[in-house]
Amino acid sequence: MKSRAGTPVIEVEQLTASYGEDTILRDISFSVHEGEIFVILGESGSGKSTLMKYMVGLLVPRSGRVRIDGEELSSPSREVPEEVRRKIGILFQSAALIGSMTVGENVALPLAAYSGLPGNVVTNLVNWKLELVGLQGYADHLPSEISGGMKKRAGLARALALNPKILFLDEPSAGLDPVTAAEIDELILQINHSLGTTMVIVTHELDSIYRVADRVIMLDRATQNIIAEGDPRQLKKESGNETVRRFFNREPRTEAPTLIPRHRPAASS
Amino acid sequence: MDRDSVAPAFKLEVEPTGSGDVRVRICGRADREAAAALLADMTSIIKNHNPHELWLDLSQASLDDFGVFVLFEIRKRMRAMDGSMVVSSASNSVHGLLDRMHFDTSADSRPLRERKREPWMTRLGEASLKVLHTTNHTVSFVGSVVLCFLEVARRPGALRRGDTLVQMEKTGADALPIVGLISFLLGLIMAFMSSVQLEQFGANIYVASLVSLAMASELGPIMTAIVVAGRSGSAYAAEIGAMRISEEIDALYTMGFNPTLFLAVPRVIACAVVVPLLTIFSVMFAISGGLVLGVLMLDLTPASYMAQTIKSLTLFEVFWGISKSIVFAVLIAVVGCLRGFQVRGGASAVGNAATSAVVSSIFLIILFDSIFAIVRTYWT
Repeated sequence: MKSRAGTPVIEVEQLTASYGEDTILRDISFSVHEGEIFVILGESGSGKSTLMKYMVGLLVPRSGRVRIDGEELSSPSREVPEEVRRKIGILFQSAALIGSMTVGENVALPLAAYSGLPGNVVTNLVNWKLELVGLQGYADHLPSEISGGMKKRAGLARALALNPKILFLDEPSAGLDPVTAAEIDELILQINHSLGTTMVIVTHELDSIYRVADRVIMLDRATQNIIAEGDPRQLKKESGNETVRRFFNREPRTEAPTLIPRHRPAASS
Repeated sequence: MDRDSVAPAFKLEVEPTGSGDVRVRICGRADREAAAALLADMTSIIKNHNPHELWLDLSQASLDDFGVFVLFEIRKRMRAMDGSMVVSSASNSVHGLLDRMHFDTSADSRPLRERKREPWMTRLGEASLKVLHTTNHTVSFVGSVVLCFLEVARRPGALRRGDTLVQMEKTGADALPIVGLISFLLGLIMAFMSSVQLEQFGANIYVASLVSLAMASELGPIMTAIVVAGRSGSAYAAEIGAMRISEEIDALYTMGFNPTLFLAVPRVIACAVVVPLLTIFSVMFAISGGLVLGVLMLDLTPASYMAQTIKSLTLFEVFWGISKSIVFAVLIAVVGCLRGFQVRGGASAVGNAATSAVVSSIFLIILFDSIFAIVRTYWT
């Protein structure tokens, strides 16, 4: 187990998050430490993905602060500084590969723009990054020619291109078969171990949470706040909160509503 | 943080040996931020010393994958000069990284997107097949539109009335301001240009005839059709194309709807109803443009201008223009929907479909206008 006492690389202070007119999170604070795999979880609509958008500066908070490496992200008056943006890599939920470029060109895009290296070195790097995610030989495929799991991998290779210090992953295993999802989990662990990348993962796949997470926070729609924080394995066993326990044990909120009348076999006698 | 403004992350200790070799010790970080500078420095060292053998001492270097690929590149350059590069005293972790990246065995990789160019016969064949396929698709789409119209005629309930009304508003009512403005200015310009000539003969009053005749039978239908093709033809293609790539059309199909009946027919009907109306408005705006110029610059009275307009316009001209505009409307809507249904692939295909819808519609409008002109010449 890695030490949890690492220095905080992301600090969120008193953040109020809103989606359009609706406020979905109120005054939340937490921090992510260097080298850990930090998972944000919660039921659908609790604002997980929105919170991630605030953490990378795609949304500007009305109140509260987000700092990455001590540097404040966008405020209403200022864009996210470029050197902060280069510290982070993002895997979007839909992978967000540019459809008119091949997989290789997608990965080469940040490399060619920011590394200052000549073309053949960039090509070598692209092939290496693709190998890292198990996509060697697919550099010439268009995103429309590869499967969903491969798109996720290609998106991960692009997010990893500049060796970011922090990697944000939005539902990395959603919509994938269990085998591919498990492979993505292993890939995440492997990258975390070998490169020491800090990871922030938004997900609600329990299996992958138990497999990769060092620490989780759980968001709740009703209280608009964090209702649990800590090791998921402990939370499952020890949490006193009803909602948290239900989530980790996959229990429905109430007994399922009987929308469909049950078929009662007629008495046979 | 500008790369030039910070202290370099690494230091190179260069030590030429007697036998034409150079020993370079890399101290510090050879990572992403330093990679470009490292490559530049090493290149100049190679150029200055021109060594036969380059010894790299990595005992005090920390590398990442960017650094390793810089070493790859340096080795390649040394080999190109018939020299060689030897890595020495790397720490265990650096060794591990070099091994994982196949430093010793790796050959130089091929460039990205190396697509083979097929021989010309193959390309010609492929292009012909593509044309055939597109033609096939076009014919079957037009056929399915016709079948859907027969279906609607037989069973009017099959038409989606709400969608048709919404499309009428989008294609017709929303286009009225721009059609009106363009036609008004067109009428003004036509009146002005013709008055320059007609004034010499004292025939100012014929400006009214010219504007009304030209607009009613030629320019009104064409201008309106071109504006609608640009505004709505492209929108049909983009909307249906986006639905196609997000599998919405497949969803409609599996729910038992006929996509042509669901999407194309309301648009074709809406277009065929509102474009003639827009054309009538266009002619009226152009006549008022001519009227404004005639009254302000040519000393005509509004009454005499209008009297001349009514005298020169026959009912036949007006109906001729309107029937043309119905044909143009059907062309615009069918081409727009067809291009939308033809979309395959991603976001750029939607853009291409919108462009192609406008280009093809404008071409067809001009083509059919010529056909109308020929028919009229030999008919009367």
